[in-house]
Amino acid sequence: MKVEQISIFIENKSGRLAEITGILGENGINIRALSLADTSDFGILRLIVDDSKKALKVLKEQRFTVSITHVIGVEVSDSPGGLTGILQTLDKNNVNVEYMYAFVERSGDNAVIIFRFDDVDEAIAALTKSGVKILPGERITSI
Amino acid sequence: MNSPVKILNPDAECLPREEILQLQLKRLQETLSLVANKVPCYQSKFKDSGFQPGDLQSLEDLRQLPFTTKEDLRVNYPYGMFAVPMREVVRIHSSSGTTGKPTVVGYTKEDIKIWTELVARFMIAAGVTQEDIVHIAFGYGLFTGAFGLHYGSEAIGASVIPISGGNTDKQLMIMQDYCSSVLVCTPSYGLTLADRMEKQGIDPRSLSLRVGLFGAEPWSEQMRVELEQRLGIIATDNYGLSEIMGPGVAGECLYKQGMHFAEDHFLAEIIDPDTGAVLPDGSVGELVITSLTKQAFPMIRYRTRDITRLNYDVCECGRTLARMEKTRGRTDDMLIIKGVNVFPTQIEEVLFQIEGCEPHYQLIVDRENNMDSLEVQVEVNEHIFFDEMKQQRQFVVQAEKRLATVLGVSAKVKLVEPSSIKRHEGKAIRVIDRRQQ
Repeated sequence: MKVEQISIFIENKSGRLAEITGILGENGINIRALSLADTSDFGILRLIVDDSKKALKVLKEQRFTVSITHVIGVEVSDSPGGLTGILQTLDKNNVNVEYMYAFVERSGDNAVIIFRFDDVDEAIAALTKSGVKILPGERITSI
Repeated sequence: MNSPVKILNPDAECLPREEILQLQLKRLQETLSLVANKVPCYQSKFKDSGFQPGDLQSLEDLRQLPFTTKEDLRVNYPYGMFAVPMREVVRIHSSSGTTGKPTVVGYTKEDIKIWTELVARFMIAAGVTQEDIVHIAFGYGLFTGAFGLHYGSEAIGASVIPISGGNTDKQLMIMQDYCSSVLVCTPSYGLTLADRMEKQGIDPRSLSLRVGLFGAEPWSEQMRVELEQRLGIIATDNYGLSEIMGPGVAGECLYKQGMHFAEDHFLAEIIDPDTGAVLPDGSVGELVITSLTKQAFPMIRYRTRDITRLNYDVCECGRTLARMEKTRGRTDDMLIIKGVNVFPTQIEEVLFQIEGCEPHYQLIVDRENNMDSLEVQVEVNEHIFFDEMKQQRQFVVQAEKRLATVLGVSAKVKLVEPSSIKRHEGKAIRVIDRRQQ
């Protein structure tokens, strides 16, 4: 159920994002979801791609500092209040969200939220118990 | 008309050269006997070189003994180089070591007395009198600068304001209200004060300032002109290092033609830093100092790593003591940042301790608004890369804290991408000092 997410350290200077997306594009790697956390000096770029092993390899070859993190993807109905129920469930079960980001599925009916928890297994258990649909990794990487 | 030249101790400061050399030889013999009896590090140096204190017939014979280096001080940390028992030591000071551990020095009552006299010498040479109010803006603490000038001022009978470093606005208020007439600080801080005065619309001529005694970092003649014009003062230079004593090893008179070196208490040699050979008089090279009267912490042929030149001509002021030129640089990688000695190896050690790996790093030293700044650029590798921003920032904060503690000066840590630090023949360039450009 876990999804492999690639995190890349980048300096906050012009052209860096384009360079990374360029490398992935040249190697036929498709980006599924993306989020960027930044400070004035540096940022952490998080990507979900269709081939994380290959992305890790090509980025390392280009001397980027890269790591793999396990996140999970949750399907939420694309309607007002859709996210609230999930967050309440997590809160009730004392599961901490480190960060999250969202994107909309191609069909447009549902949104997908990517969550990074400090304890992934506990989070999966809590969400499954309360009937939240966790998307299988392949579903997300092939969206 | 009164002569503008004031000399604290003419018997010592104007001694004919022949007599200086005789005095040095006598005191050198005493110092060598002292260390041969009391300091294991020197006992082994005598043993290895086969030279005994009794063999000393001339000052040149000293060349048969090896140098003392910062490494000797590191190995003998903290008290191994002391030549007297601790009950005779009345003061401890210290300065940066090349790694995490500092260099520790000690003083007996007699050492403090001589140190005080030598500071008073250059203060009087710069025209300071008992009428003066001396504003000491060096940081008080383990650093020798503030205490050295403090005791020297009191010996002259001047009034001391021990304001210590920092808080520029308060410094200016006190300067105005307490009528400070002599300013003691680093030359770069002198310029910071001038900038702040300009900003606040304070006319330096409305102040009582008339003399500035600047030291603890190298500075140029151009900076002297700027300090004198902008603060409306006479600015003189002085030299010292804690391993030898602190400020007072050498200091300028009003002729500003080099710093009079206290040859009655210290023997100076100029060497070729590569071969260690003593160079002829008047050559530019590394200054090597032997203490002649120190009791607690005698030093034999200590390599200062400072590059300079000595002039043995008698000065217009009448002093016969050799004059030392402003230092021209270092023969090691030591940096002086805000008057604090910093070695790149100290930074290496701090980074190593945090995550147990040694990232590539580079120090960028700059001067903004006359204040030195230090930025440590660290290449992010897998060991110090975290997917979570909180942790990544925590690494930066932790590194900055540790660096400030170890270096005694604040540093900004900037994370950079791998391979972004320029390499020269595979070796990362450790230091970029933009202050010299």
